[in-house]
Order: sequence, then structure tokens, then C-alpha cells
Amino acid sequence: MNYIDPHIHMISRVTDDYHRMAQCGCVAISEPAFWAGFDRGSAAGFRDYFHHLTEIEPKRAAQFGIRHFSWLCINAKEAENVSLSREVIALIPEYLNKPNVLGIGEIGLNKNTRNEAIIFQEHLDLAAKTNELVLIHTPHLEDKLKGTRMIIDMLKNDTRVVPARVCVDHVEEHTVRFALDNGFWCGMTLYPTTKCTPARAADIIEMVGADRIMVNSAGDWGKSDPLAVPEFILEMRRRGHPESVIQKIVFENPISFFRQSSRWSEPFTLLNDRK
Amino acid sequence: MTKPVQPLPAAKVLDQQFLDIRCRLLDVAATMDRIGRGDGATHLKDDHRLEKIKKGLFILLDSSSAKAEQIQKLFSLEYDASWEIPKPRY
Repeated sequence: MNYIDPHIHMISRVTDDYHRMAQCGCVAISEPAFWAGFDRGSAAGFRDYFHHLTEIEPKRAAQFGIRHFSWLCINAKEAENVSLSREVIALIPEYLNKPNVLGIGEIGLNKNTRNEAIIFQEHLDLAAKTNELVLIHTPHLEDKLKGTRMIIDMLKNDTRVVPARVCVDHVEEHTVRFALDNGFWCGMTLYPTTKCTPARAADIIEMVGADRIMVNSAGDWGKSDPLAVPEFILEMRRRGHPESVIQKIVFENPISFFRQSSRWSEPFTLLNDRK
Repeated sequence: MTKPVQPLPAAKVLDQQFLDIRCRLLDVAATMDRIGRGDGATHLKDDHRLEKIKKGLFILLDSSSAKAEQIQKLFSLEYDASWEIPKPRY
């Protein structure tokens, strides 16, 4: 089955992962800008990162017939530094015309601080001004419920936000309905220990349905599995769910959301594209 | 809106998952034993994390549904609806 991993940090992964993902049916990925594992010292570091996301990684993915899309921002963890964040936000518009950029993301909250909320809102301001899609990181573990509710508060407080153009990511059992009931898209992250397992993600699908929801690996430099989406496909098949439902979650739903970006392009299959 | 995604029949889930649940329960039990055997275990008897784990086990014994959601909430910080929301610009 063809699938899309709508959230994976390939900058942290080896080329063999692209190979295995392609073997398992991955035809496209989207890579949000995130924390590199350390706080960067200047906006110039982000310029290099945005260059990597928009120029280098698409070429690496293309070797395996995988379309690479990206999202740009300063992540919630580094957003605690407000002056650096403003410098980085000012850089983003010059990269928004790159053909693989889908929008602003993954913005959000980390420890739910005042500074993080200010920078989240300033990213929303940029997205509104440039008419971009928005991909949102919700916090980890004990901070998730509170942070997700604060994020929903900010989104609902901003009348320019169109819920159908926003994806609230990393939802779990206690936060999924806040996203769906307010009209947003949502993503479930299949990540060891701190987020969803494939089985719990399938449980959540059984509870809330398959509309406006997708699954991703969020594979990165931590212990994570770039083949987590195929694991989810296997779990859904093991439970006897129809192929049409599985395909909707892992392929059609990401396309429906991404297609709203002015820079989205189809088809995905690069290896047999003779043009 | 697409059709609801139906779970497997209850008996089939139990058939499929019984050994897995047994294994996970043993894993929790063995980990609690390991904490109990370690030096300084008595100093941990009021540890808030162990308290939450015990409360989580009571949620499992409860007959209500949405146990996973209840455990998620048990391990979550409180939300204050009166927090100061930043104002949009432009």
C-alpha cells in the first residue's frame, strides 16, 4: 500500500531509512522544522537548516522515488528566546516560495510558557499574512493536555485561522477530541514510550473515526521508528479493518490536507516519471 | 463523514491480547519489585510518581470505559482557562 509519512525528521536519519521506507510503500513525506537536539546560537544556523530542508533533503529523498515536503518555523523549545525567534520568523518569507514548502510548522508549545505562547501567536500572524497552512506540535507527557488546550484557545481567539487549514499534531486519547471537535485536522505520532503505539492509534481511530486524522512516525534523532506507519497499517489489517479505511488514513487524508497548499504538487511517483 | 470504524468483537480481542496483557502486567510487577529491592526504597514510599502509578492501577480496576484517557489525565498538569492569551497582530 502506498503511504505518506506526514511528519518525519529525515535530517536526523540515514539514507538507508529512505530506502526501507520506499520498499514499504512510502511515496511522500513532510518534514517540519524542529529542535536539533541543541539550542542554535544564531539565526544564521536556521538559514542553513532551512536551506537543508528546502534544497538538500528533497534531492536525497528523490533517489528513492519519495517526494519531500517541508514546513518552516522556529520550534517551541527555542521559542523561549524571543529575540532569536523574531529574527528567525523574519527569515521565513524568503523560503516560502521554495517548491517543497507546505507551510508554517511545527509551531506550538513545549513547557507552556508565556514566551512560547507569544512566539506561537507571531507564527500565526505570519501564516495569516502569507496565507500558509499551519502544522502544530503539542507538548509532551504531563504538559500535553494543558498545552493543547492553550493552543486551541489561541487558534480560536484568532479569527483569521481557518480550522481546516491547521493540523494539530501528536494528539492522544485525552487531546484528540479538542482538535477534531473544533474542526482542525490532527495527527497521531507513533513514537516509543512518550507518544502513541500503533495499537493505541488504531484504538483511537475506532473511537473517533477516520475523518481529518493521520498517523506519522516523527522519526528523528531519538529512539524512533521510520517504519512506524507501516506498523500501523499492519495493526489495522490484523484487526480486519477495510483497506479503504487504512488507505484513507495513511494516504488520502494527508493529501487532502496538503493539497490546500499552493505549492503542493502531484503525482508522487518520481521513479517512473519520464518528464 | 465516513462510516464508524468498528473494533473487533470483545472475545476476539481478549483471545488475541491475553498473553500480551499478562506479559505487560508481569513487566509492571517486576519493575515495582525491582524498585522495592533497591537501596533507598523506603525513602520512595511517598514519591508522587509512585502515587500516580498506584492511582493508575486503580483506574484499571474500575468498571468505567475510557481507561486510557483517564490515565492520560492522571499524568497531566492542570489547565487554567483564565490564562492570558496573546493578541493577534495585523
